[in-house]
Amino acid sequence: MEITISVNGTDNTVDVEPRMLLVDVLRTRLGLTGTHIGCDTTSCGVCTVLLDGTPVKSCTLFAVQADGRAVKTVEGLKQNGDLHPIQAAFKEAHGLQCGYCTPAMMLVGSVLIEENPDPSEDDIRWAISGNLCRCTGYINIVKAIRLAAETVAASS
Amino acid sequence: MYPRAFDYVAPETKQEVLDILAERGGEVKVLAGGQSLIPMMKLRFASPGTLVDINRLSGLDSIDIQNGHLRVQALARHSDVVRSDVVAAENDAMASAAPWIADPLVRNLGTLCGSVAHHDPEGDWASVMLACDAEVVAESRDGGERVIPIAGFLVDMFTTSLQPTELVTEVRVPRYRRGGGNYQKLERKIGDYATVGVATHLELDDAGSISNAGIALTSVYAHNLKVTDAEQALVGNAPSVELFAEAARIAAAACDPTSDVRGSAEYKRDVVRVFTERGLTASLAAAQG
Repeated sequence: MEITISVNGTDNTVDVEPRMLLVDVLRTRLGLTGTHIGCDTTSCGVCTVLLDGTPVKSCTLFAVQADGRAVKTVEGLKQNGDLHPIQAAFKEAHGLQCGYCTPAMMLVGSVLIEENPDPSEDDIRWAISGNLCRCTGYINIVKAIRLAAETVAASS
Repeated sequence: MYPRAFDYVAPETKQEVLDILAERGGEVKVLAGGQSLIPMMKLRFASPGTLVDINRLSGLDSIDIQNGHLRVQALARHSDVVRSDVVAAENDAMASAAPWIADPLVRNLGTLCGSVAHHDPEGDWASVMLACDAEVVAESRDGGERVIPIAGFLVDMFTTSLQPTELVTEVRVPRYRRGGGNYQKLERKIGDYATVGVATHLELDDAGSISNAGIALTSVYAHNLKVTDAEQALVGNAPSVELFAEAARIAAAACDPTSDVRGSAEYKRDVVRVFTERGLTASLAAAQG
């Protein structure tokens, strides 16, 4: 099937089998390898992308379902060549160790601080509760998301 | 992991969906949130010949009050239930269960109707629906609309009385005048199946006695278990600590948990007892609040 997905603001038309998962279209057809594959069983959340602005697991969505819709991946976070505040905060607060879960954590964090500009630690932990970090580096991830919220609040 | 190849159709009208179900029947699976179906297809436990994606249908994602019922339509996501002011105002058991369904990412796609239709024996919603005496509304091209009481809908694990030609369009629960409910869930981590889940629902008459009661258990039987004996022990009586302890004892005796990585059978049975007491106490507080 021929489908067109807007990925990070650019329309991409690809011919796919219906059984092809969105994560594989992003990685192997579009070369956007920032979206990772972890468990491949809907458990770990490292394949998180934003579908029309909502975080979803791209290993549990067929690419054909995203036909005509907008997908945002970690590659789409930076703004006009500058790091998104969430990216800058992960860098500043050491919000990553091995980095495998980081794209997903940043996407979830970016949505959280848009919806809730002043999230508590509990709010942040709740928001990332579908995303595993097997380095167990949660403390700095939570700090980074909090720092991003503070940065955005201070600049607005 | 990849499913077996299938035909994919994404109609824009309900009539087209019903036509496909009428014509292709048993080889079709309906795709709503897909958060249980797609993992099962990837593991090749399910291999439908045709996948009918209903996500392009409009007007099927409401959570609202209709004809004395709180109605959740087929495309309302778990996250919609979590955020719904109508659910918060109308049904305590649902409001209390919603944040504990799966994880935030799965809640953004998965649906309540899909969860009930899938009938995983460890699913949380089916217990809540059993406790609240829900009804499932299904439609087919040649049979029109059929309203199925939840107890008759849930046949056995992964088995319902939905016909291959039917589409679940909504799940609805009766409104109540004075009542309250609760869902208690023990899980090892967010997103895991329940080790034990207990749904409770109480309604009170003008004198404060229990006029209707619902108790249903998750993950401690071969399927979601409605504990009718415990419900009947409550109805007609004034609520009390002793009465709730008796209902909890009956619920613990009725379940049949298995020992596994989540805990021993003995442990789970005792959690059923404790959760039933806690749930009934919380339900009463909500009803009196």
